[in-house]
Order: sequence, then structure tokens, then C-alpha cells
Amino acid sequence: MLTVEGLRSRYGRIEVLHGIDLQVDSGEIVTVVGANGAGKTTLLKCLSGTQPVSDGRIVFRGDNLGAVPAHARLKRGLAQSPEGRQIFTNLSVEENLRLGAFLYTDDRVDRDMADAFAMFPILKDKRHLPAGGLSGGQQQMLAIARALMGRPSCLLLDEPSMGLAPLLVAQIFEVIGDLKRRDVTVLLVEQNAFGALKIADRGYVMETGRVTMSGPAAELIADPRIREAYLGL
Amino acid sequence: MDALLQFIFSGVTVGAVYALVALGFTIIYNASDVVNFAQGEFVMLGGMITVFAFEAGMPLPLAAVLAVLATAAIGVALNKLAIEPARGAPVVTLIIITIGASILIRGAAQLVFDKQLHRFPAFSGDDPIRILGATILPQSLWVIVGALVVFVGLWLFFTRTLTGKAVLATANNRVAAQLVGINTAWVMTLSFGLSAAIGALAGVLVTPITLVSYDVGVALALKGFAAAMLGGMGNPKGALAGGLLLGLLEALTAGYLSSQYKDAVAFIVILGVLFAMPQGLFGKSATERV
Repeated sequence: MLTVEGLRSRYGRIEVLHGIDLQVDSGEIVTVVGANGAGKTTLLKCLSGTQPVSDGRIVFRGDNLGAVPAHARLKRGLAQSPEGRQIFTNLSVEENLRLGAFLYTDDRVDRDMADAFAMFPILKDKRHLPAGGLSGGQQQMLAIARALMGRPSCLLLDEPSMGLAPLLVAQIFEVIGDLKRRDVTVLLVEQNAFGALKIADRGYVMETGRVTMSGPAAELIADPRIREAYLGL
Repeated sequence: MDALLQFIFSGVTVGAVYALVALGFTIIYNASDVVNFAQGEFVMLGGMITVFAFEAGMPLPLAAVLAVLATAAIGVALNKLAIEPARGAPVVTLIIITIGASILIRGAAQLVFDKQLHRFPAFSGDDPIRILGATILPQSLWVIVGALVVFVGLWLFFTRTLTGKAVLATANNRVAAQLVGINTAWVMTLSFGLSAAIGALAGVLVTPITLVSYDVGVALALKGFAAAMLGGMGNPKGALAGGLLLGLLEALTAGYLSSQYKDAVAFIVILGVLFAMPQGLFGKSATERV
């Protein structure tokens, strides 16, 4: 579904991605784990088109995304729930969700919103409140729900567990694991390597702008180097 | 009593013009957090283009429509040529660009048109209408109705339409707006076009009363900005209330005190309000958790 070949990206003169190769197949949950500053977020930003690519190719469902601007990528089925939530703080919870389906005006919008409320009941209780007043966990739920409103075939999730209480982290990972049943392919970027690898099919490990290891998630969890470096075991 | 009513009539008329200018500020501010100081020039262009098209033999309604459309095109050009290339620059830089643009447009208007005062006939004649001993010009009613129609239109646009919410979303978080599929460059183009069109409409409506020349925009932009701040920047309700309040303050001061003090009193009241309520009368206080 998603193929990345030799992807390079830079901030000014400093290159932060030194040729990333990565593959996500339809129906998979793939995770990219790594420490702070490894380039995980930059990678996702390149995929969603909000960060310029200096070299390499991104192929999504057979099309090269190189010339496709960020706002046109969702229409092709690629959605991103960005780092730091990035919800519309001045609008209500419901308006945030409605804007998630900005591209659509059909009946399915209402059904998708009902789905989102079923997935996160707390959002339903707060639907008319400004999204800026939600707690961090609620904002994260809103960010994921908003991305799903765009009817993605592939969802890019950036650090959904960041800054959340342990109980919420478990709930968020459970929801991500359930996305498989909705036919949504997931590329999950996480510092919480253990939580991410537990729900993922395959994983990549990134260090300073390069992929250093990859393989089935179960193997990565069992790998002694990973256990020591990322899982604290 | 008659005098009071007379002052109120003139205050509401002037206030409606300020409100229209303030509403123009509202749209661009909502889309980009930028205060567009070329907004007054849009008003001037609306008046000037109508005058010259009318004098060239065009029927007045057609000249007015042409003026609104041409000014909207100039607003779009301002965005494409000056704001969009500076994307990513801090808001203050963009605001300074709009000040530059206002000087440029004023200079160009001096060359393309002239430096004289102009007017075209009022839409419904110049015979004042008598109400309870006071009089009001039919053109004043046009101005007041125009401001109300634009206000209701904008209010519906921002609260009831998906496009209006896309404008608000773009201002709040440009990256997130792109991620939900909003073409933010298009939103900016729309905002500048719409804003310019509203400014031009104000110019078309008010020119038969106040006349127009190349430099009327400066004072109008200042008063419109003050009105928008008074009401709460970014809120159409605030723009309308702020504009009317400012107009009334000026008219009543001019009537009962002295017309020399009208600007001073107006600005003292605005300062007082902003000291007590920094968000303006209708502004929302920002609540955000991070």
C-alpha cells in the first residue's frame, strides 16, 4: 500500500533523514520506534506532505506522491494524526470532527460521527465545548477520531501515547489495534516501543535518521538489543 | 429630543461604514491572524472605480458591481503577490506588508485616477426622509442595510457553512487544516477576495454621502480597526457592535460637545474598554491546554 524508497529530508542545511526505506502492506499495523530525535516525526511529515522531501520516493497505492500537495493526500486515502494533537482549539469538538470529513458532504458523515462518538463516548459528552478545553487524553482521542472522519485507507499516527496517563495509553493502543477491523492500515510512530510493538504486525527501528533494524513485531520485542535500548528490560 | 435623534441617525450611518470596514478586517484576521491595513484602500477603490466607470458612461449599478469585482481581484492579487510569497513569516511581518500595500495602492490610485474629491448620485435621490422631527438621507438607509446584510451573511458563513469553518480552522492551525484536506492557499485567496469585496461595497454605499478621494482609506482603516478591536477582533458581532458604537460616540460628542473632540472621546472610550476587557466586548478569552 505504502512504499518509501531512499527518502531524504532536511531542515535547512541539516539532513535529518538519510535515505529511509519502508514498506506498509494493506491491512497491516506497522510501527516505527526509536528515541527522541531519530527522525520519526519528520518521516511522517514527509509522508503527509507537510515537510519537503529532498530525495527519494513515496509511492502510495501505486501513485508517486512527490508532486501531490499536503491537502490533496487525504483524498487519496492517506490521513495523519499529527504529533501534539494539532486539533482546532477555537472550534467545538463536533466542528473538529466535521472538519475531519471536510472533503465529504454525504450521509456517511453523520454515521462516521456517530461511530467516533461510540469509540470515544467522552467526546460525545463534550461535543459542543471548545476543543481547546479538553484534557490531553481527550484531545488525542479527538485527533484520532478526526483523522478517521477523513475515511483513510492508511492512517499515520504520530506519538499518540505522548504525555498521557498509563490508563489512557492502554485505551489508545486498544483503539489503534481495533482499526484493523475497520480496514484501516496503520503506520504508527512511537517512543513507547513496547506498547507499539505489542499491537503491531511489523516494526522498524530508527536511529538518527536511518532504519537500523526491521522485522516482525514479535521478533523485535524478543530481540535483546531492542529490549535493552528501547524497552528498558 | 429632535437633536438627539438627529445625532443618532448620523452616528448610526457613520457607524455602519465603520462596521463594514471592521467586518472586512474580521475575515482576513479569521483566516490568517493578519490585520490587513490595506482594508481602507479597498473602500477607497470601491468608491473611485465606481465614480470613474460612471463618468465614463456606465450605468451606476453596473459601475458599482464592476468596482466590487475589480477590488476583489485586487485583494486576491495582494494575497498572491505579497502575502503568499511571504508565507511562514511572522504575523507582524505580514501586517507590515499590508501597510506597504496600502501605501502602494494609494499612490497608484493617485496616478490612475486623480487627487480630486468625487461623488456620484445617491441611489434613491437626495431628499431627506423626516422621522419624528429628525431627518435621514435615503443613502444612509442604504449604508445601514448594507452593513446589516453583510453582517448576517458573514455570521451565517462562519457559523453555518463548512467553508466558513474551514476558514476558522485555517487560522487556528494551518498544518492541521491541510491534513483534513483543506487547501489553505485557497482559503487565503477567498478571504482576501471577500474582504476586498466588502470593503469596496462600503465605498460604493458611502461615497454619495462622504465623497471619495484617493486618500480616504487611511482614516477609515484606522476607525474600522478601532471598531474591530472595541468589539473583539475576529468576531462579526463585535465588528458590527464596535462600528455602531464608535459611530454613535463620535456623533454624540460632535453634537453635544464639539466636533473637534469627537475622535478623542471615541478613542478614550475605546482605551477604557480595552483596559477593562482586553478581548474587546465580544472577544472570546483564549482557553487552551497544551
